[in-house]
Amino acid sequence: MIVDLQRFLNRNEPQWRALEDVLKRIEQDPGTPLGIADITRLHALYEHASNNLAELNSAVSNPEVRKYVETLVMRAYSEVYSQRARATRFSPLRWLLQTFPQTFRKHAGFFALACAITLGGILFGGGAILADPPSREVLMPFGHDKIDPRKRVAEEEKHSLDKTRGRHAFSAHLLQNNARVSVFTFASGITYGIVSGILLFYNGAILGAISTDYVMAGQGRFLAAWLLPHGSVEIPCILFAGQAALLLGAVMFGRRSNLRLGLRIRAVLPDLVTLIGGAVVLLAWAALVESFLSQYHSPRIYILKIAFGLVEAVLLALFLAYGGRGKTT
Amino acid sequence: MKTTALQIQTPEGATFTLHVASPLLRGVAVLIDQCVMMALARVLQAFMMMLNLVSPDIATALYVLLYFLLSLLYAIILEWFWHGQTLGKRLLRLRVMDACGRQLAFSQIAVRNLLRVLDSLPVFYLLGGAVAFFSARGQRLGDTVADTVVVTLQQPKAPNIRPLIAGRWNSLRAHPVLEARLRQGISPAEATLLVQALSRRDDLDPAARLALYREIAADIQSRVTFPPTLLEDLTDEQFLRDTLDSLFAFHGRHGITEERTRAPSPRT
Repeated sequence: MIVDLQRFLNRNEPQWRALEDVLKRIEQDPGTPLGIADITRLHALYEHASNNLAELNSAVSNPEVRKYVETLVMRAYSEVYSQRARATRFSPLRWLLQTFPQTFRKHAGFFALACAITLGGILFGGGAILADPPSREVLMPFGHDKIDPRKRVAEEEKHSLDKTRGRHAFSAHLLQNNARVSVFTFASGITYGIVSGILLFYNGAILGAISTDYVMAGQGRFLAAWLLPHGSVEIPCILFAGQAALLLGAVMFGRRSNLRLGLRIRAVLPDLVTLIGGAVVLLAWAALVESFLSQYHSPRIYILKIAFGLVEAVLLALFLAYGGRGKTT
Repeated sequence: MKTTALQIQTPEGATFTLHVASPLLRGVAVLIDQCVMMALARVLQAFMMMLNLVSPDIATALYVLLYFLLSLLYAIILEWFWHGQTLGKRLLRLRVMDACGRQLAFSQIAVRNLLRVLDSLPVFYLLGGAVAFFSARGQRLGDTVADTVVVTLQQPKAPNIRPLIAGRWNSLRAHPVLEARLRQGISPAEATLLVQALSRRDDLDPAARLALYREIAADIQSRVTFPPTLLEDLTDEQFLRDTLDSLFAFHGRHGITEERTRAPSPRT
């Protein structure tokens, strides 16, 4: 079939131009909600252009005309089948206080798995230090293997109040580093969760090794006062990233699903973003606490620091258990 | 199998094609974005130098934080507000799209950009580039997880075919039987070829154009015999334009235009 091009153009060009105008308006201001009249018009014009394209595809026609109508249909299709919620504005507070804990609970099983892997690492690291003390050279990063806990504690307690400079920069560095580690742990979920599992185990092993080293040296109180204030938030954040990574890994395995990979992952994408986003936001708090509280090693405030860390842990647990309960997202 | 075009079939029965961008072109877009980010970092640095006079600690903290946010959010924010485009992609007319042709969701944009930490390993997107090179749809790891593709953007202008078939009086119209034979004898594929040859008139070298038009005209005339008197005043190009006019615009049968009805009557 050969399309009567001149007549075809005369008949359809006004509708194409109208569709182009509507699309331009939408694309220039994507946040503005469309009224019923606009939606109806967009849909009608889109269907008209779709029909034209089907007609052009089944006939011989000018390639320019076909390309033009094809592009119009492509643009209109993405608007008609839009996934953006135009009517509802994103509320960061509602997302953090409601969506995040809800999402956490929805995939709590993966959090439990991340905890179990990390705990395995802690036991391994602690066990290795107990059974084979020279292994501290391998297990302890950042020069911790060269440090005698007793000497370090004595040193820190002596100079604690001198270290008031550079706290802001230190907390910014901590946030950046921890956020990068979390994002990397999450991204490694693409390896079917295997690399993420290894990273979680390794983190646990380091934590177990350092903790055992300090406890064996009789510095358990110092350790708790040092790690609890920020660790009670920071460690769960790494576990949230691990939770997201293991969820991604499980979806990639795709057991009991006939959908293709892209569609399987698409179903959990918002949850993945919520988990990793929540982790990064909470890491900002952990970095501030680590910088401004954790590094003050005065024995007089150890008990306060430990209490602060425990209160944080309880509040976080309550938030995750009850936040956004009974509310729909 | 590697593909450069992705066919999307809509529920309305129409089919459109997304043209997948090459990893090389995407690499150039990344390079542009990196340059933009470096420039922004220098601007930040200059501001922080001023703040340094007040508090070096706060200046360093702000710089570290802002640079981190810039590297994390640059692509996410631009792709969200510019419908799948960063500055580099915009300059090279590339666009991130949902692999099903729908609009991008925020979660897709966020995840494809968060996975850059893996794609950029070990240096300058070697892993992501290699994965995209071997991927059937040119997807790096981030695209695979987010189910997105990067396509070349085509924004053709509204078509105007009038220059192709309008012009002086169509001499072939005086011979309706021959016109009918033309429509029977020329296949749809050959008609498309004719449209393309005339559409690209100005892109062709003059000598090549004359040779091409001569060849096509000779081929058509070998299949439908026209009176020599009709052809003697016609150039090959005009003969092809008249042929196209006869093929696509069925004057006298469907919607004849006003301009055509006023045209002088054919020679008898």
